[in-house]
Amino acid sequence: MTAAPPPSPVPARARLARPVSGDPAAARPVLSSADVARVIDRMAHELLEKTRGGDEVVLLGIPTRGTTLARRLAARVHAFAGLTVPSGSLDITLYRDDLRLKSPRALESTDVPAGGVDGALVVLVDDVLFSGRSVRAALDALADLGRPRAVQLAVLVDRGHRELPIRADYVGKNIPTSLQETVHVLLAEDDGRDAVLLGPADAVREDRARP
Amino acid sequence: MNHLLKNVRPYGESATDVRLVDGRIAEIGTGLPEGSSRVHDGAGAVLLPGLVDLHTHLREPGREDAETVATGTLAAALGGFTAVHAMANTDPVADTAGVVEQVWRLGREAGHCDVAPVGAVTVGLGGQQMAELGTMADSAARVRVFSDDGKCVSDAGLMRRALEYVKAFDGVIAQHAQEPRLTVGSQMNEGVQSSLLGLTGWPAVAEEAIIARDCLLAAHVDSRLHVCHVSTAGSVDLLRWAKNKGWKVTAEVTPHHLLLTDDLAATYDPLYKVNPPLRTQADVDALREGLADGTIDCVATDHAPHALEDKEAEWGAALPGMTGLETALAVVALTMVETGRLDWRSVADRMSHTPARIGRLDGAPEPQGRPLAVGEPANLCLVDPGARWTVDPHESASRSRNTPFVGRELPVRVVATFLRGRPTVLDGKPAPA
Amino acid sequence: MKRHLLSAADLSYDDAILVLDTAEELAQVSERTIKKLPTLRGRTVVNLFFEDSTRTRTSFELAAKRLSADVITFSAKGSSVSKGETLKDTALTLEAMGSDAVVVRHSWSGAPANLARWIRGSVVNAGDGTHEHPTQALLDAYTMRRRLGRLEGLRVTIVGDILHSRVARSNVLLLSTLGADVTLVAPPTLLPVGVGSWPAQVSYDLDAVLPKSDVVMMLRVQRERMGPTGEQAAAYFPSAREYSRRYGLDVRRVATLADEAIVMHPGPMVRGMEIAPEVADGVRSTIVEQVANGVSVRMAVLYLLLGGSDSAIGSPS
Repeated sequence: MTAAPPPSPVPARARLARPVSGDPAAARPVLSSADVARVIDRMAHELLEKTRGGDEVVLLGIPTRGTTLARRLAARVHAFAGLTVPSGSLDITLYRDDLRLKSPRALESTDVPAGGVDGALVVLVDDVLFSGRSVRAALDALADLGRPRAVQLAVLVDRGHRELPIRADYVGKNIPTSLQETVHVLLAEDDGRDAVLLGPADAVREDRARP
Repeated sequence: MNHLLKNVRPYGESATDVRLVDGRIAEIGTGLPEGSSRVHDGAGAVLLPGLVDLHTHLREPGREDAETVATGTLAAALGGFTAVHAMANTDPVADTAGVVEQVWRLGREAGHCDVAPVGAVTVGLGGQQMAELGTMADSAARVRVFSDDGKCVSDAGLMRRALEYVKAFDGVIAQHAQEPRLTVGSQMNEGVQSSLLGLTGWPAVAEEAIIARDCLLAAHVDSRLHVCHVSTAGSVDLLRWAKNKGWKVTAEVTPHHLLLTDDLAATYDPLYKVNPPLRTQADVDALREGLADGTIDCVATDHAPHALEDKEAEWGAALPGMTGLETALAVVALTMVETGRLDWRSVADRMSHTPARIGRLDGAPEPQGRPLAVGEPANLCLVDPGARWTVDPHESASRSRNTPFVGRELPVRVVATFLRGRPTVLDGKPAPA
Repeated sequence: MKRHLLSAADLSYDDAILVLDTAEELAQVSERTIKKLPTLRGRTVVNLFFEDSTRTRTSFELAAKRLSADVITFSAKGSSVSKGETLKDTALTLEAMGSDAVVVRHSWSGAPANLARWIRGSVVNAGDGTHEHPTQALLDAYTMRRRLGRLEGLRVTIVGDILHSRVARSNVLLLSTLGADVTLVAPPTLLPVGVGSWPAQVSYDLDAVLPKSDVVMMLRVQRERMGPTGEQAAAYFPSAREYSRRYGLDVRRVATLADEAIVMHPGPMVRGMEIAPEVADGVRSTIVEQVANGVSVRMAVLYLLLGGSDSAIGSPS
């Protein structure tokens, strides 16, 4: 997750662009593929611990990589505890507070597990926690879907620089960054390999800038 | 006052000087002495006989908010015209001697150019009962052209009678050729564009069917037919056929039909709504060809001013029509002269001599459309052939702004107009009285 | 830059797919308890309906409200419009009220295009005369894709009064953009001169086309098209009975359709004229679905035109 770039008119044709772009070679790996796997394993253990066995937990990922992470966490929880935790995705596009600042973008899928969220312990999952605005939008989106018993937050990377009173319940890795730096999470399902990269602002152009 | 036009080129040919004395052309020759004449340096400008329009809507009486005789004739003078035929579809309709004399008198009072009123063929343009054509012919307005323009004299029996009747005073019926049953609710040319735009079509056949019928009627009763604003390639073919037969059929084309096509309707801007509608490029090409080879006798503006609220509306609710007096010569230069289809002598023929002859103004007490020759009335227009200008509706002398040429760059500019030796336009501006 | 949706031709392939995909996501909102999104909070959408159309007007109204826009609805009846105010004056009034978008239904073809020249906000054509009805075409395409899973190569037959149909025009343009094969079926009098230039096949024989159709879209045929003559244009066909016999979709004809084929109608229907009641209410019929899908598609259009700093789809002013 990077600093939200200054609002600039995005050509309509570019609005669908979501792949990792820029030059990852200029970015420095901070987590290797093995590190990512280890971190997710640890997060799965913590989740089982803090939720007293994962009962009534629903994992909701924020697209795109949050959804992938939610699926992986669910798989690891199943591997460790034999418990099937429902996972899904929650698109926050229409709840973002910077909608007005750029061209309307394509929506990601919202896929709530069949049981819904009413009374559940919903764990929101995202790849990078930065300003906290994505999470704020996700909380609003979640409120329109139903009334969870409680909501927790899991992120693979916390890079600091919060702009809202939000903290994560599960953090894979704290990575202190400067505002000029970019953090990029790569996941095999979306990007062909697992890694977390840290680079200068122009090394990994992040066009998924979120609130 | 006498005027000496130095260094002008009659019909665009060799440069000479022309002296105007007492409303007539007194001398033509190089190096004429100035004497007491007011001198105008023509700088090689083209000298044409004053233009004559067979088809102008002056809107007075009735829609003085759109145009008056005074504003319309000033626009005409600025366009190089010294005579215009004022169409009959006013309110009240020009179907009596009283109305045509009023329009004629308003023209004389304004003094910008002669106004020859057109009389309605039928009472109230109703298409039912013949108006008192003879009384209008005998009036001070000396009406010779009769037309229900805006509406077609669609009843074949009535059309035959009108054609026959006007022979008594050498009149002509100017037909607005539009079969009404084929054009119910029509909005634009019927074709590919109308199908896409969802606008009711005005098919070419609705014009051509009437022209064919009227040519046959005119031949049958050996009378004069004039076809207004011919707009289709098929019409040109029919006129060529009728002329080859030797029938007394004449026709006019408007400047806008020589240049614009129906794809302009895609903007839904009613500026491009006109009746008959803009057609296709193939029609435009055929019209240019017809005007060049004489199948179409003359250019007539169909200057149709409309108030803003009648044009700034939905296409279907807007009134059809375009202004054209001030742009006519420039559009003819663009489409016919610059393309090599007409020289200036032929332009004079199509825009002055021939329309005057059709309207019988060439033999009137104050004749119009006469040749550039010593002794003829000094009805003249002086044209800068090298000028280029951009059409700005707000600079128009017309009370209305509905020119479809807005923003276009056009060639040639009228720099001076003389009506019987008196300048009505000088330096491209209205001349002080 | 604000843009407009005036014609289905304003939408590129990518635009059209974006609208359909967006509508797909937004359809979920209609299934939730809280059928509301904050997306257009603070935006004002004006519904300007110069022609009665309960279906389209309420569909747009609901779409705008589900996105939290403020919605004002003007109907011709009882407004200044019926008192002789010009469209331009109406437009300037709406402009002064700070409307961000105007959804316009008008009996004159091109009126939305005129409006778009006069106001700063986005204009959405909700049906203009006999010209276009682009959101209807979008909801039809959406319905086809939902039912049949694809649009590319889909054989769509549109039957009825093509000449006067804004639905047909928009559908032909949009479906050809999306790669479907469109066939128009009508008596020759109800096909426009110039239809040969459209991206569609033309047939006068419904029975020959039906077995080769994946979608049959029946258009309403108004009884006044049969005459009487007089001030009206000449009749387009001799009688309702003959029309129904040659071009109506009855049970016998439906039996000749492929198993998967669906039957659509943009409404309002003339039961017994162009469509038999059993067909309209049959399992192949998508008529009720089309109405529901209309809300999702219109939400998508409003979001993509108004949701951001500029518009993601449509034509510039």
